[in-house]
Amino acid sequence: MGFFEKLGFKKKQEKLEDGLEKSRDGLLGKLGKAIAGKDKVDDEVLDDLEEVLITSDVGVKTTLEIIKRIEERVARDKYLNTSELQKILREEIIALLKENDHDKPADFDAQFTHKPHVVMVVGVNGVGKTTTIGKLAWHYQGAGKNVLLGAADTFRAAAVNQLKIWSERANVPIVQQGQGADPAAVAFDTVSSAKAKGSDIVLVDTAGRLHNKVSLMNELTKIKRVMGKVVDGAPHEVILVLDASTGQNAMQQAKAFTQAVDITGLALTKLDGTAKGGIVIGISSELSVPVKYIGVGEQADDLQVFDRISFVNALFDKDK
Amino acid sequence: MFDDLSSKLQSTFKSLSGQSKITELNIAEAVREIRRALLDADVNYEVAKEFTRKVKDQALESKVLTSVSPGQQFTKIVFDELTYILGEKSEEIRFAAVPPTVILIAGLQGSGKTTFAGKLAKLLKSKGRNPVLAAADVYRPAAIEQLKTLAGQINVPVYSIEEQNALRTAKEALQFARKNAHDVLIVDTAGRLHVDEHMMKEVSEIKKAISPNEILFVVDSMTGQDAVNTAREFDKTIDFDGVVLTKLDGDTRGGAALSIRNVVEKPIKFMSTGEKLDAISAFHPDRMAQRILGMGDVVSLVEKAQQEYDEDQAKKLEKKIKSDSFDLDDFYTQIQQIKKMGSLTELAGMIPGVSQKLKDVEISDDALKPIEAMISSMTLEERQNPNIINAGRKRRISRGSGTSVREVNDLLKQFQQMKKMMKTMTKMSRMGRAAEGLKSLYQPGRK
Repeated sequence: MGFFEKLGFKKKQEKLEDGLEKSRDGLLGKLGKAIAGKDKVDDEVLDDLEEVLITSDVGVKTTLEIIKRIEERVARDKYLNTSELQKILREEIIALLKENDHDKPADFDAQFTHKPHVVMVVGVNGVGKTTTIGKLAWHYQGAGKNVLLGAADTFRAAAVNQLKIWSERANVPIVQQGQGADPAAVAFDTVSSAKAKGSDIVLVDTAGRLHNKVSLMNELTKIKRVMGKVVDGAPHEVILVLDASTGQNAMQQAKAFTQAVDITGLALTKLDGTAKGGIVIGISSELSVPVKYIGVGEQADDLQVFDRISFVNALFDKDK
Repeated sequence: MFDDLSSKLQSTFKSLSGQSKITELNIAEAVREIRRALLDADVNYEVAKEFTRKVKDQALESKVLTSVSPGQQFTKIVFDELTYILGEKSEEIRFAAVPPTVILIAGLQGSGKTTFAGKLAKLLKSKGRNPVLAAADVYRPAAIEQLKTLAGQINVPVYSIEEQNALRTAKEALQFARKNAHDVLIVDTAGRLHVDEHMMKEVSEIKKAISPNEILFVVDSMTGQDAVNTAREFDKTIDFDGVVLTKLDGDTRGGAALSIRNVVEKPIKFMSTGEKLDAISAFHPDRMAQRILGMGDVVSLVEKAQQEYDEDQAKKLEKKIKSDSFDLDDFYTQIQQIKKMGSLTELAGMIPGVSQKLKDVEISDDALKPIEAMISSMTLEERQNPNIINAGRKRRISRGSGTSVREVNDLLKQFQQMKKMMKTMTKMSRMGRAAEGLKSLYQPGRK
């Protein structure tokens, strides 16, 4: 039984092979060739690997960790051929990315253990929270779920309207009180209304806030708390939205948001550019949160469930 | 804002101090640390490599000066090189000889273009210009409305059309500006990815149609390695004149600033530091380099103070302090003055040494609220003569302000300390005093 099957990737075998094919010409292939047949990885190769990882925003700490693991594996297994080495590289990186929890599935047609299943979406300014919620609503609606949106970003000019337009596109109801309203009150109303209506899933938008602003983070904690007063255990998920082009600061963001609202999953947006979003590897590993979704465009269907293998392939694919 | 980088570099320099001269051997560790610090700070891989190579060469070539420690000498070399990369002088917006001056704003999604457009309009208006905004972000839901809401707050008109046509919006806005004697037109465009050919073509057509005097590329200061790619592509397409760094009120190390400056050789013209519309300032490479090295940014602080500090109030305050009649009422006034200068974290970060000490502490602007509330709950007599505040009065004040008696006690104690300190400081400059007052306010009782 192969490594990927163990991780439950059987059905994605095809995709994996596609990726392998592609990467043979990419940097991963080059690296594989360079270390093949040796019992030690030479410095030049490690430098190359370092460059790939650093320029993908993986960060120094995680890069050193990955390199250490590779060195250990090569020292132990010795004289590996090209494909074995490629596999090791992938395995080591994939192992750092946490899997989804069973009660928090990423697939849109999956059954929730709670009704309503409440999801709170948080993040710094401009990462694409509202857009992500709009796309999620569209997907869940398409999967036959009863969706309700909560417009708790009452701060940014026109944010409520932006979400309202998305609610129309996805054809789902929205709870709103307008700009300047108390966001905790909007969240409370939204969850109450979902409970009364029997909605399957509630998506609550919040205003973007920089993670080092204490009072704004406290406000977020409060918004989270009031939802639990309506439905036990709500919000059941807190999704932190990260912009793929963000560098190492994303780690600080993830830590601060975890402290304030205990995030349970990540959404990585704007992956349709040239940024690779490598920082999520370190975040997922260090904070033990899975990456659930990726955003790859501005249309409603440009949101995908995260796939670790494609993500790792993309890291090494220079011509993405 | 560059605190993490500065603390890392400083510890590197510490390991150098105490050594008598710079050698290949004792510098290797420092150079490695700097490279890592730069990478941690999101400086582009290539830029970091080049930077450390240069710094190392210069350090080895430099004659060892007997008057300074190698650590100090190395600090200077790093500082000079940083300043060089960031651009040696600050550059301002170029205004057209014949108005209107046309300013085009472009950048990725979520970089903060619309907010910056609002801030720029406000800044120019405060300098006596008569700007108009063009809402050429016709794609993102409610983007036009966002611009209109911001513009409404500062009484600046927005030109927009019903049709989803950015090019036409920009062209017509230019005519509108001419017809209505607006001397500045600021065109806000939709966020676009540099790899989106269709959208990049659109912005280049807008550029051709309205021939802007100034094209500003807005970039999120938290951007990682990809900053060089986006900056390079935008530069290729629209040949922008300057860069705007946004969200610098976060705790990002801001290495993107170094990378972009190095890769496209365009000046950084503005920094944006908050959600309020006046949270904008000109970019000063030298000061930024100082901040990177933890030297503080006193010049900015003083300038900010001069801009906001009420001269008369200050004189009155000075007299009071000299005559030792500074009371809680004056303290209240002083708090109002400080608040006018901007966010406390931002101010504290400019004070040398403080940015280091306050590394992980955010001074919340809300920290002032209970103090204001307590003073407001005091009678005039109590404010002028805090000594009369006995236990009963303390209880009343705490009830009136929604605080605890302990907080009232803390305030009174801090006030006494502050008064004592003021006595010894009458020789200091007015600004120094405000800064000291600020520090004393936030050192005791910080969580």
